[in-house]
Amino acid sequence: MKLTGAQIVIETLLEQGVDTVFGFPGATVIDIYDKLFDCKDKIRHVLAAHEQGAAHAADGYARASGKPGVVIATSGPGATNLVTGIATAFLDSVPMIAITGNVSNSMIGRDAFQEIDITGVTLPITKHNFFVRDIKVLADTIREAFKIATSGRPGPVLIDIPNDIQTDTCEFKPARKIVPAKPSKADDSMVAKAAEMIAECKRPYIYFGGGAVRAGAGKEILALAEKIDAFVGCSMMGLSEIPSSNPRFLGMQGMHGHFASSVALAKSDLMIAVGVRFSDRATGKTDRYALNSKKIHVDADFAEIGKNVSVNLGVCCDVKDFLARLIDAVSEKKLPDWEEKIKSLRERESDAYDDDTFVPREVILEIASKASADTRIATDVGQHQMWTAQFYNFRKKHTWLSSGGLGTMGFGLGAAIGSTFATGKRAVLITGDGSFGMSLNELATAVTYKVPVTIVVFNNRTLGMVRQWQTLFYDKRYSGTDIDRSTDFVKLAEAFGAKGFRADDVDGFRKAFDEAYAYEGPSVIDVKIDPDAMVLPMLRPGGTFENLVTWKEAENEEG
Amino acid sequence: MKKDKIIIAIYVDNQYGVLSRVTAMFTRRGFNIDSLTVGETESPAYSRITITLSAAKTDKDQVVSQLRKLYNVKKVVVLSNEDCMKRELMLIKVRNSDEVRDRIIETANIFRAKIIDLGEEAISIEVTGDSQKIDGFIQNVKTFGIIEMCRTGIVALDRGSTTIWSDHDDD
Repeated sequence: MKLTGAQIVIETLLEQGVDTVFGFPGATVIDIYDKLFDCKDKIRHVLAAHEQGAAHAADGYARASGKPGVVIATSGPGATNLVTGIATAFLDSVPMIAITGNVSNSMIGRDAFQEIDITGVTLPITKHNFFVRDIKVLADTIREAFKIATSGRPGPVLIDIPNDIQTDTCEFKPARKIVPAKPSKADDSMVAKAAEMIAECKRPYIYFGGGAVRAGAGKEILALAEKIDAFVGCSMMGLSEIPSSNPRFLGMQGMHGHFASSVALAKSDLMIAVGVRFSDRATGKTDRYALNSKKIHVDADFAEIGKNVSVNLGVCCDVKDFLARLIDAVSEKKLPDWEEKIKSLRERESDAYDDDTFVPREVILEIASKASADTRIATDVGQHQMWTAQFYNFRKKHTWLSSGGLGTMGFGLGAAIGSTFATGKRAVLITGDGSFGMSLNELATAVTYKVPVTIVVFNNRTLGMVRQWQTLFYDKRYSGTDIDRSTDFVKLAEAFGAKGFRADDVDGFRKAFDEAYAYEGPSVIDVKIDPDAMVLPMLRPGGTFENLVTWKEAENEEG
Repeated sequence: MKKDKIIIAIYVDNQYGVLSRVTAMFTRRGFNIDSLTVGETESPAYSRITITLSAAKTDKDQVVSQLRKLYNVKKVVVLSNEDCMKRELMLIKVRNSDEVRDRIIETANIFRAKIIDLGEEAISIEVTGDSQKIDGFIQNVKTFGIIEMCRTGIVALDRGSTTIWSDHDDD
């Protein structure tokens, strides 16, 4: 069967099981869009307001479902607008396929209108990328892109298709949906070594991250913890893989992690690290990180073993399978001293949180109590993100959508929108007035598609996280952080065709949230937050987890 | 930390842009390349890149791991300094005059270098050998005045019947 390149793109996407694409048309993808027009019943195209929003939507779609997200953009600015979205997916290992058009092969290299070397631009932020020079390899290139994006440690793959390739014709042979390659299984000897280390330890701590989410290893993590009397913490990327309320779970650890989780990690004598990459935001200074513990590191990516933290046993493998076999290989442990230690850490933590006047926490607890278990919780980046990570009660997997590695302000709205297309479930975006300003154009998308998203804007009229650093470490010199822009978020929402609510306090928020969450389409709640409110505890720059900035100390600073 | 000079042999797809993918990894992760050569292999589908760099053990492991993750990279080995043959080629143009001509030719003979061009004001010489030999030659002709020189960087193969596809220590 002879097809045009544009038809081959569509046929191959269908063959790979794609039913939704996010994007924005333009001159060099007009032929792909023309073919999309013919198959509206099979592939739903979601038009974003900006290509960055489309890329974040594809990312949110992938995070919420585990399936690769697909985004289409035109050459030049269309392609460069994807860059932040692709980099976000790359740093958080999210499977994504970005398809860009380019000028025709005969024009390549002549600085034609809207020509950009997007494979060059995205080289360091994609798992791999392709420039398609020959229509004969187009279908297999797209198939290979899906394979790369979804195999092993996932990531974004970009395919740049010059316009003449889209209009040219070629014989097309249908193929089957590719099956992602799974990481290999660990040697028995590795499992045995890990079991030996566990047999000797007295204070075990399991630390998991995004790799455990990808592998779906939550059940195994909890079963292992139960059997060896370990306690469990995660990186920000690990949230929602196990229920927040599980008694073994101490919460996120790291720069703004739960006090008990971070200190327990520092005190542990054995760390079992599962699908983590020891990011600096999780470790602080690596030369003073968890010095008391021996470390087992299991990950799907061999390059992560020993990259940031040296470990006693590093295993590159399918982490879920490894844990399942490890559970069988270890004998049961009971460690009353360790339990006692954890109990006292938790008491100190709950004393500090025993304050129902802290509005950010009350707002998040309110959302957690009202939102259904399968509601996707998206965030932007900053204080609101850390508060959500600390206080939200996650009950179901894949419900946490947040930019961890790149820390992309403006990620949340696109991601929340994308998630609803993947799941058909509601999403709540928790954002700040600073972050929301970077992506609020996507309200147009949310309104157009009647996306069930409730947007909660933590409005403190400042760039809170930077301001917090300025308060604590820069002598309260608030350079560039006060953003009293007089934006009326209620009117803004209404201007876009969404519902708008204002809440001056927690009671006001309760009422607004009830109404907003019940509303089918998008809504915005502007919640007033004290600009001096801080995210605590906090790892000081260059500090260790035994020397956190705590509540008392911060109070003195606020003075 | 102690840094060793290491030689990395990399088999890659013989395609557009592959060299820049390889070098971009070094740039991005902050590893400095001392020398790099690239050329065809026994198979037209592949090119072979030989890179030398100074690196501590942990950096070496990280370089190799990150190279192995690249899609177009088919094989990476660290060649052992003792068990490999390494050669570099240099073309060097030395200032000539009646007074020094014989001494330059004598130096070239001692190093088994080849004189490939002789002019009134310059002698051009081809030197092949390991890097120390080439360094030594440069030292010896410096006094005559070096007009221009060009080194290829190292190419290297395992000794004996061992190839890049054989098992190596770090595999």
